[in-house]
Amino acid sequence: MANETPLWEVFIRPRNGLSHKHVGSLHAADEVLALNAARDVYTRRSEGTSIWVVRSSQIVASDPDQAEENFEPTGDKIYRHPTFYDIPEEVGHM
Amino acid sequence: MYSQGLIGADGSTEETQEFLDAFQKRIDAEEKIEPNDPMPEGYRRTLVRQIGQHAHSEIVGMLPEGNWITRAPSLRRKAALLAKVQDEGGHGLYLYSAAETLGVSREQMTEELLSGKAKYSSIFNYPTLSWADMGTIGWLVDGAAIMNQIPLCRCSFGPYARAMIRVCKEESFHQRQGYEIVMYLARGTKEQRDMAQDSLNRWWWPSLMMFGPHDADSAHSEQSMEWKIKRFSNDALRQKFIDATVPQAEFLGLTLPDPDLKWNDEKGGYDHGPIDWDEFWRVVKGDGVMNRDRVKARKKAWDDGAWVREAALAHAVKREARMQAAE
Repeated sequence: MANETPLWEVFIRPRNGLSHKHVGSLHAADEVLALNAARDVYTRRSEGTSIWVVRSSQIVASDPDQAEENFEPTGDKIYRHPTFYDIPEEVGHM
Repeated sequence: MYSQGLIGADGSTEETQEFLDAFQKRIDAEEKIEPNDPMPEGYRRTLVRQIGQHAHSEIVGMLPEGNWITRAPSLRRKAALLAKVQDEGGHGLYLYSAAETLGVSREQMTEELLSGKAKYSSIFNYPTLSWADMGTIGWLVDGAAIMNQIPLCRCSFGPYARAMIRVCKEESFHQRQGYEIVMYLARGTKEQRDMAQDSLNRWWWPSLMMFGPHDADSAHSEQSMEWKIKRFSNDALRQKFIDATVPQAEFLGLTLPDPDLKWNDEKGGYDHGPIDWDEFWRVVKGDGVMNRDRVKARKKAWDDGAWVREAALAHAVKREARMQAAE
């Protein structure tokens, strides 16, 4: 079974005002068939108002082996969060 | 719909103890494992096998019910059955996609189903002889599936857990429409009641077998539990299913075909008679009534669809060439 049918990632906007969210993937020969299949497979119960399909091979992902050096450093930068700063209660909500 | 307790998983693995301990620590901390994370080979292999079996079960599971779509007794029943069978196709697809994240291709999995190498739930190797079977399958088979699948929503492997959440959400209508069918028959004429009872007699034991062998005979369960692929043992889930189903049958005025079935106050659940495991293994190994037929039907669908897949790919290549030429 050579000639594998390409893989696509499917993103759906549940309703206007929300962003498209990854919901899964599927195989299709081209973008037209991918959109048709995504409609049939991922929106059978009013899950969305818009669909994006992206070829899985086109997605560039960060290297999981570098997860530590990529994401650990933010852990000790607590001064990036509002709760790091002492504001007296009298000042009220800020 | 669902695959039974995993058949033939091999969780053996060869990583260093240090690697395995670190992995187990993540599992114990209820961290989800994602496709690109380091994982023991046995964990990967067990999941490929289990998710593959599960996906095949959804796809093969379309056949026994597809058998009755054109003969549904009303438009209401036909629309519901059509939607249910379509859902099962979708569930198969979610599951294949989850398995693919572990580095196995769809084509490879399909090939294994068609060659008989891969298993699917043995429940689908029983024939659907009457309209009542559409009700009983929804009620019992999907009911057993739901019992099995709800804990899988918390499986340690992220893509499987996410697929199962979607599946469970869609599945509850399957059971309810099935029970409704049986209920209408149970309240109908004598012929209809007899048809419902006959169907229940044929599906009760195979439904109990869906949970897989007894814990003592379930070779690889322990490792799966430790890795939190599985959350409850086969027997615990089976017990839960029986306890939930007995009152549902009583409400319908139907009799479950087990003379030994009785309430046990001490354990707070029902005791049941012996399950015919010889029958179970016979069907798993290929000698059920419908095994050959099911694989033949899948093979025919694959072969008959070949020209469509080829044409779609050829068309895509041509279009892309044309688009590139225009640039």
